[in-house]
Amino acid sequence: MGVGIEVTTLNAWYGTNHTLQDINLHIPANHATALIGPSGCGKSTFVRCINRMHETNPIARVTGSVRIGDLDIYADAKPVEIRRRVGMVFQRPNPFPTMSIYDNVAAGLKLNGYNNRRELDEIVEKSLKNSALWDEVKDDLKKKSGASLSGGQQQRLCIARALAVDPEVLLMDEPASALDPVSTSKIEDLIFQLKSQYTIVIVTHNMQQAARVAEKTGFFLNGRMVEFDSTHKIFTNPSDKRTEDYITGRFG
Amino acid sequence: MVNAKVPEIHISQVQFQPEPQAADGQLPAVAVEASPIRRFLLSRGNSAIADRGFHVLMVLCAFSIFGIVVLIAYELMTLSKLAWGTFGLDFFYKAFVDTYSNQPLYWDPVNSHFSALPFIYGTLVSSFLALLLAVPLAIGVAVFLTEMCPRVLRGPLAFITELLAAIPSVIYGLWAVFVLVPLLREHLNPWLIKLLGWTGFFSDDNPTGLGFVAAGVILAIMILPIISSLTREVMTAVPHSQREAVLALGATRWEMIRMGVLRNARIGIVGAIILGLGRALGETMAVTMVIGNSPEIHRSLLANGSTMASVIANEYAEASSNLHLSALTELGLALFIVTIVVNAFARLLVWAVTRGAPSATH
Repeated sequence: MGVGIEVTTLNAWYGTNHTLQDINLHIPANHATALIGPSGCGKSTFVRCINRMHETNPIARVTGSVRIGDLDIYADAKPVEIRRRVGMVFQRPNPFPTMSIYDNVAAGLKLNGYNNRRELDEIVEKSLKNSALWDEVKDDLKKKSGASLSGGQQQRLCIARALAVDPEVLLMDEPASALDPVSTSKIEDLIFQLKSQYTIVIVTHNMQQAARVAEKTGFFLNGRMVEFDSTHKIFTNPSDKRTEDYITGRFG
Repeated sequence: MVNAKVPEIHISQVQFQPEPQAADGQLPAVAVEASPIRRFLLSRGNSAIADRGFHVLMVLCAFSIFGIVVLIAYELMTLSKLAWGTFGLDFFYKAFVDTYSNQPLYWDPVNSHFSALPFIYGTLVSSFLALLLAVPLAIGVAVFLTEMCPRVLRGPLAFITELLAAIPSVIYGLWAVFVLVPLLREHLNPWLIKLLGWTGFFSDDNPTGLGFVAAGVILAIMILPIISSLTREVMTAVPHSQREAVLALGATRWEMIRMGVLRNARIGIVGAIILGLGRALGETMAVTMVIGNSPEIHRSLLANGSTMASVIANEYAEASSNLHLSALTELGLALFIVTIVVNAFARLLVWAVTRGAPSATH
């Protein structure tokens, strides 16, 4: 089951570029939360702060606190521990090309020394079923490489890989922006099914996507969070003029 | 877009640019009076001959490389015909037996007995010893430079590593004779004999310090730059998204390098290693100076030996008989073929990995 995320005065920098400014936010457990905003507004940086991927860039810096459940991830834990609890799906599908489909899904577990053959088989099957890929790949799990799949299948494989380690939170950074409409709708269906079991944070450029999958939506602009509310309110009756301008297509 | 209220522009509102109109339905007239610049440019002609000449020259340059390779191969084959006719394939795997001592006799110019066996053995042993020492070191250097090194140090360190490749091999040889060999003789060899003497690979019968180990160490230093710089290249070609994918699964830095980088770059790394092998096989001067130059096969790595390249360098100028010359040339031909095949294969592997590589952005 997922846990909630409490973000308090989060600030982030790339070099001298202040990309996130004083973000305060509560992301509810077991729901999907969408983050929208124009390019460069800091929404990707924000999700990368939740699993401490932001700091893998040597010029990046973060202050403030992020609590996942009751764990303060910047004060009480090492990045490696956080990333084992928080799964991430990236903008471009990035399966491991040298591994079979099976090994791709099992990668996170094998990495952590989980070697029980029979249980691995079960987890791989369950994760692939959860990511709606099982029926398409079950016959060549160990024969085909992760890179031999189509773009949409690769992205679902990446979701399966993230789910296999049973994360509490699933971060998705524009998971469908590199995919065609059919694959996109499959990914959206998937998010819809998964959000009862995981806390999902999805960054998207596509406002319809946010409206379709998320209960909560946050609007980011120039490194600040302008508005955070229920998706319905954001799209029908936003309280900030800038939010309204953005969702009506006046800019961005 | 949801609730899209994008202001639309109707086609009737657009101000179009007017089409150019020629006076009286005529095409716009060409200027009659040419300016000085125009007259100068017109006087230049179309330069067709110069261009054709340039084309021919460049084609000649390109084909001269190919021609040189073919000529070398042709020359080696003609010169080695005599040895090939005398010994055939036996040259590469058979030894003669000395009728007096009952010992194998590989290379005896006086009695015109020639066999490539000890040189093939020496080349293989010294090269593989070099790979054994250089590969872990080179991969370590490459991993450090691409994944761990602070950005300020990356440039200078890579530069120094690659500078090793620019040192002439005779300088390596000199350094080996004056520094490395005494070091081996006084310190490393006694220790190897004491610890590993029981394996038979390190026997105590060569007090000079010269031999396969000395050659292997010096070769390792010489092939280090090419292996590490190519390994670095294929590692940089691994997309950043692969590193992030592994990190996001909760990998430590080492696990990220192993699973996200080395695993993806492995074919290219094999290519880099084989390219290093290609250099080691053909390296002549430094090896000749430290390997001891005796055409014998010993199990001990501390024994004197000889390689295909070193025996050619040592004996070609002094070869007395035609058969001796021809046998040396045949060794050269064999070395030529092996190194070309090894290099081509290695380049192919490196190319397979680095082609279409995205620019290395962090």
